[in-house]
Order: sequence, then structure tokens, then C-alpha cells
Amino acid sequence: MLTSTLLLSNQLPTLQYSSTPERFDETWEAPLATLLGLGRAAGADFIELFLERRNYISSLAEDDAITSISPSLSTGAGVRVFRGKADCYVSTNDLSFSGLKAALEKGLSILGLQLPTAKAFIPEINLELLRDYATKRGKDAWLPVCSSIREMGEILLEGTAHLKQKASHVQSRRATYFRDWQEVLIAASDGTFARDIRLTQSVGFNLLCADGANRSSIGDRAGNTSDANFLRTWDSQQAAEKIAESAGKMLYADYVESGTYPIIMANHFGGVIFHEACGHLLETTQIERNTSPFADKKGEKIAHESLTAWDEGRSENAFGTIDMDDEGMPAQRTLLIEKGVLKNFLADRTGSTRTGHPRTGSGRRQNYTYAAASRMRNTYIDSGEYTIDELFASVDKGIYCKKMGGGSVGATGQFNFSVDEAYLIENGKITKPLKGAILIGEAKEIMNKISMCSQDLEIAPGFCGSVSGSIYTTVGQPHIKVDSITVGGR
Amino acid sequence: MPNINEIANSAKDNAEKLGIKKFDIYGSTVDDTSVQVDQGEPKQVKASNRSGVTVRVWNEDNTMGVTSTTDVDPKGLELALKTAYEASFFGVKENVPDFSPEATVPIPNKPQDKAPQAPVAELIEKLLVAEKELLAAHPAIKGVPYNGLSQRDIDRFYLNSDGAVRTESHSLASVYLYSKTEEEGKKPRSAGAFRINQSLDNLDINGCIKETADKTISHLNYEKIKTGKYRVVFSAEAFLSLLGGFSNLFNAQSILDNQSLSTPDDLGKQIASPLLSVYDDALHPANVGAESFDGEGTPTRQISLIENGILTGFLHSAGTAKRLNAQPTGNASIGAKVSVSPNFYHVFSTATPEQEFSLETAENVILIDDLQALHAGVKALQGSFSLPFDGWLVNKGVKTSIESATVAGDFLELLKSIIYVEKEPELTPGGVCPKIWVNELSITGE
Repeated sequence: MLTSTLLLSNQLPTLQYSSTPERFDETWEAPLATLLGLGRAAGADFIELFLERRNYISSLAEDDAITSISPSLSTGAGVRVFRGKADCYVSTNDLSFSGLKAALEKGLSILGLQLPTAKAFIPEINLELLRDYATKRGKDAWLPVCSSIREMGEILLEGTAHLKQKASHVQSRRATYFRDWQEVLIAASDGTFARDIRLTQSVGFNLLCADGANRSSIGDRAGNTSDANFLRTWDSQQAAEKIAESAGKMLYADYVESGTYPIIMANHFGGVIFHEACGHLLETTQIERNTSPFADKKGEKIAHESLTAWDEGRSENAFGTIDMDDEGMPAQRTLLIEKGVLKNFLADRTGSTRTGHPRTGSGRRQNYTYAAASRMRNTYIDSGEYTIDELFASVDKGIYCKKMGGGSVGATGQFNFSVDEAYLIENGKITKPLKGAILIGEAKEIMNKISMCSQDLEIAPGFCGSVSGSIYTTVGQPHIKVDSITVGGR
Repeated sequence: MPNINEIANSAKDNAEKLGIKKFDIYGSTVDDTSVQVDQGEPKQVKASNRSGVTVRVWNEDNTMGVTSTTDVDPKGLELALKTAYEASFFGVKENVPDFSPEATVPIPNKPQDKAPQAPVAELIEKLLVAEKELLAAHPAIKGVPYNGLSQRDIDRFYLNSDGAVRTESHSLASVYLYSKTEEEGKKPRSAGAFRINQSLDNLDINGCIKETADKTISHLNYEKIKTGKYRVVFSAEAFLSLLGGFSNLFNAQSILDNQSLSTPDDLGKQIASPLLSVYDDALHPANVGAESFDGEGTPTRQISLIENGILTGFLHSAGTAKRLNAQPTGNASIGAKVSVSPNFYHVFSTATPEQEFSLETAENVILIDDLQALHAGVKALQGSFSLPFDGWLVNKGVKTSIESATVAGDFLELLKSIIYVEKEPELTPGGVCPKIWVNELSITGE
């Protein structure tokens, strides 16, 4: 006699799943496939399950003591349900089958759907063979290799000792480090079934110097993904020298005189200008909201012909590098702008569905409490043809923005970002340090004013906050010249 | 999530098993639902039921370790306690955090009220109506790209091995609307508003719609402003966001860390115009999300920070209070290094100004409604700021929107340059504050 392998919904309470509790592996296939089938049986068009386990630790050294060691452990899951174009996202801490089922049921009910009747068949969802990026690349071994608490402390204290040696007029010295280990598993009703481990680390300094009323505060950090030995290889002496020099120069700097100037922006973290002024506006999240001036400009010239820009997830060890995004899609290299012409947008699954732009492996989120959204990865302006000397020679009076702070962009495309270390340029030469500068502009206008790019592309780690939380990204560029921009100051 | 008694018993059992004699736990559970809409359709509904606890453990040498976890079943708590115990051997040797001496002081009238949660369909319906009304408010308003209506139940607790047990529950509902205009030959303009209350029924959604519409429409006719020095009037939200950016002035932990513009010796000194008084008042009647105890279990209260321009107090944890010979103030968060932060500002004036000012009669003053990019433009340790803003040039009551500009200055100089604190307070999520007039600040336009 033939017996059906299909489940009846009234059999669910008696199922005994034994998933591996310590790791996400193939044993999760059966319960997740069952839940996805249950969601489909209830009438959902698409369901995605995102499971996450995190082991995070941060450490702080102040002057000559470790003042904080903060471990944090978390587990959770997010269930996304689509019915037509409407979607719903439910998150929970409970990774048991009944906990995940309760979250699914809540999502279904919000969209007006109900679990099937007791004798209804649960459709079989055939998940692909687990795409396990973690096992394939040996990532399961990463966590034990990372620095111990003792080693973290020793390295950070060595760092603050270097700061003491290198800097003058020191009021406070800080070294900070964090290690974020994340294991994710994604299963979706289109058959997606993928696992990955991400290891993100960052270490850096904050230095406050004061001499009477003169003050300077400078921070700098290095970041890495994929290298368990990262902290051990951090050159704290070189980092201390660099930050001490910047703080010393800015301690007695004059406030910048406000106005409109040509500027030269350094490579490395200078790439924040492209991140804010253009990158965010190429995310389908912005296009859906009609808050991007570039929404209908694909194939058109939106920037100076000297500008080519990329967003990708594959550079070795860069801060925004991912093997797959948080929807299980492998990361790509996405050409955004080629010689001033807009080539592509950054799309997650929902953005692709709603705007028609193809997915680019850009669906990212801070953690399981957020639904994925289109976000940047490693984003940079490509090298150009000029030398740095040629850039400086083209400026009679302007500002050299050597070290950038953070920035933001608003709903109308207006952006801003601050400059932590700036210098006056007169007749092609740097003449004196300046402080207090903030740059403001409009995306559409500024992109045509980036007229010269040098040959020295460098990237830098950063944190990006948006609709799906705070994520790790890379910014980057060579030295660039902006013909004119408003500089706020005194 | 297990209830507080289950967590407490589980923590005690596990602590005993691990040989841990001294520990405390702070935790919360949050159950929230939020909706967004887009052009007449629901965009995304989010629901979340999550919990988290932070445990601190003191070892036999009285050094302390900490661990946070979202896994609050017995196994998760055991792992957290174990990890915290291991971390305790690397804890600070001096000024080790300890239980608050006020963790067991009785708290009268603790709020335990929760509003019933409305069905999701009702949230969507109300937000769709709000979007529709905003789109109908002016032909130039073409979209409400950022919007959200949410409701949230929050349960918090603190307990320690000395027998302290505190619990608290409340509900919050909030709405934000941010509309955008498009007009031929003009730049897009935008503005928004926010409202919060204990329950959806009492949430002023109509007020939020009206404020968003009025503000957005007022920015339609914009002009560049000439760079120069201007008399500036800060809205409540703008002034409070600036005050928040420089809150290290009152933060005892920052002061002890040399990360502040103040020192302990500054108490009693004139740091602002005599027109200005500032309290931190978690229990202010307007604070709809009022919390009655902090992360160390210390009861919250009203703290005088500036009185008639004189620096009168700092915000303390149990540890900073001990070191500075003061009382804890209910502003601490639990952690390996206990941080301190303000609860709810109350800005007002009790002094008589030399002159009263009015936007109806003043000539060419800048009214700053909203400051942007504070994370980038505030140099909290230097005292300086340079920030883009939304606002208007006001001339005898006539408001002209400013296209794009920045305001810059030194915060301590700004405090001393206050020439008028208006009487009528405005409520914001971070506090209550009237409009604040500052004699002169640098504005960069064209």
C-alpha cells in the first residue's frame, strides 16, 4: 500500500525535529521546509526565514587600564511573509520549532491569512542542497583563533602606551576593539537554503588633546572581515604616530572661513562623499520611496566623465565583504557608474520586485530584528588618470580635506558630512590647518563637479545606518577634486 | 519569554551551581508592532517579541564581569552567568562598580499600566488616512516617503543577589510623517513631525498631519541666505538636540574620564545666561515613556543641572556618585563600565529678561526648526558645532524658507549668549523646552 509522504497539518504537533542546537547545519532543513510549506498552505506568496546566532565582545582601554570587557550573546530569527506586494516581518528570540511557528502564524495573521485546517496537506518545499559558505571556506575554525580576553587587553594597553609616547598635551587616550562573530542560515520558499559565518573586527584610537582653550579630538580605526588573526597584526605604533600627528596639527588650527571653495578630498575615508552623495540614492529602497533624483536616469550621464564607481562584496578582507547577502544571494561586483553614466542600482529581493531592477546580492540587515533592505557593501570611486600634484596645481585657493568624519543624506538628495582634519590650499600648496568644516551639497549637482580623480585608490572601514539598521561597509576613493562646494564654518 | 520570577529563580539556581554569590540582572521584554504605507497601500508591517538581559557577576576577589544575552531560558542564563564570571577576572581593580545603595529603596506609584494593543488593520487604516490627508493638503506634496505608526508594550526589571527586585510595565504609541514636495522648476522640499503617547487612542495623529503639512508647505518658497552673523531662535527640538549633543557637560562618568567640557570644580559656576534653567526630570508629567528606575535599580527623579545659568548638578550612577561624594540620580545603564545618560530634559526660565522678543516683530532673525547630522557636526569634546539645518528667515512675522545653510558656534559661548527664553514650552520626545533666542551665531549660506 502506498503511503503519502506529504504532511497533514494536524500532524505538526507530534513532529519531533532534532536540529543541531550549537550550529546551523542540514538538520535544520526539515523543520524549516515544513514551516515554509505551512506558510504556503496558508496562502502566502513567499516566505523567508532568517536565523542568526551572534557572539560579540568589545573591549575598552582608557589611559593605562582596561575599563570594559563586554561580551554579548544572542540568537534570534526573522520571518518575512509576502502576500502580493504587501509584506510583513516578525522577529523572535525563540528558535524552537514551536517558537518559529508562532512567529510565522503571527505574520500570516497580520496579512489576513490563517493556518490551514487540520486535514490540509502541507506542500513540500524542496530546498536546495545547503550552500554552506562557512564550511567551504573553513570559517567554523575562526572563532577559537580570535584573540582571548587577556590578549585583547594586552594589545590595547600597548596601543595606549604608544599614544602616550607619541602625542603631546594629552587629556585622554582610548583604544577600542570589537569582534563580531555571526552565523546565519536562510531558507526561503523559492528553495533558497544557505549558511554563512561572518567575522568582523575593528580596532582603533580616540585621542583628546588640550592646551588651555585649544582642543583637538581625533579618532581612527582599522577594520577587517575574515582574518581571525586581525588584532595580532594591528600596527598600533604606526596608528598611534598617525593619530598623534593629526591631533597635534589640529590642536592650534583656526576655524575654517565659511564659503564656497574648490576642495581636494583625500583617498581612503574620503569615499564617504560618494557614499552619502550618490551611493544611498542608488539603493532600490530610495527608488521605492521616490527619494532618489537618479531613479529614472539609468543609461544617462549623471556624473562627470572622470568618475567610475563600484559597489561590491568580494574584495578580500574589506569591511563590507560578504560571501552572500542576508537573503542568501551570492555577492557580486556591481558597476554603478561608468565614466559618468549610470549603469546599475543596488537591489534586494523586495526592491527588485517593486522596482524591476535585478537583484545584486545587496540585501543586508544589522540583525534578525530587521528585514533585509538594499544596502551598500564595499563602495568606491575607481582610480583616475591624474597625479595628486596635478590636482593640487589646479587649485588657487581651496581646502584640502584630509580626514573626513561622518555624514548623512536626506529625502531630497541634500547631503552633508564633516571634515575632521582640513588644510587651506593657496596657490597649489598646503599652508595651514583648519577645523570646524562641514560640507553640504546636493547629489545631482555635486556628481558633475567631481572633475579629477588621481591614481591612488584606497578603501576604509565604516558603519552605515539606514532602514535595516547599522551595518559594516567600506568607503573608498583616490584623491579627488570637487570644483566647488559649500563649506560651513565660522 | 519566562516571567521575572522564573528568570530570578533560574539565575539564583545557576549562580549557586557555579559558586557565584554576588550578581545582578537587568532585563526587558518588548512586544511591538509597526506599520508603514506607500501611496495608498500597506508597505511593511513589522512585529517583534524580543527579550534581553544583562548579568553582572562579582568573583571572590570582588572584580566584576558582565554579559548580555537574548537567550533567557535556564540554559541561556547559565551560559551568560558563566561567561560573566570568566570575564570578571579581567575586570577593573579600582572603582569596581557595585550595587546601588538605592536599589532597594521603595518606589511609590510605579506605573504598571498597559494600553490594549490595537489590531494591525486599525494601524494601517489610520496611517493610510494620514497619508491621504497629507497628499491632499497641497498639490505640491507628492509623497510621504517616510512614515510609520507603531505601538509597543515594554516590561523592565532589575534584581540582585541582595534581594532587590523591581519591575515596571508601560505602553507607548507613536507616529511619524515626513512629506516631500515636487514642483516644476523647483527643488524638492521636505519636512516632518512626530507624536508619542501611551496609547493609540490618545495619539495626536491629526496634530502630526497638520504640523507636517504646515511645515512642508512653508518650505515651498525658499531662498538662499547670505553668509554672516545672525540672531538665531532655536525651536525646542533644535535646542534639545544641541543640548543632548553636549550632554557630557553634566555626565559625571564623562567628567571622571576627562571626556567632558566640565570638571568637578565647575559646580556652582556661571556657565550660561542667568535666563536659563535646565532639569533632567524622568518623572515630568509630559514624559509619556517615564521610567521609575534605571539600569542599576536606582529610582529616577528630578535633577537640577543649571539654575539661573549656574551649573548645579551632574548625572550620576552609583559608582560616580560614590567617587564624587554625591547621590546616584537614576541615570545609569548596567554594563561593564556603567554609562550615564539624561532621561528627559526640562528647560525653562525663572529670571526676568532685560527685553522680551517676538517673532512677530523681530527683523531678520533665523528660526532653526531642525538640526541635522549631529553625529558628524557636533564636536562634543571641543565644544564646537557646525550643522546643516531646516529653518526660516523671519522678518516681522513673515517666514521665508532657507534653501540650505549651516549654523556654527561654540556651545559654551552659545549658552552665555542666550538673550531670551520664551515662556510657552513645546513637548518633544527628549523633553520640554520653549524657543531659545541666541544673540548671534555664524550662518553659512551663499
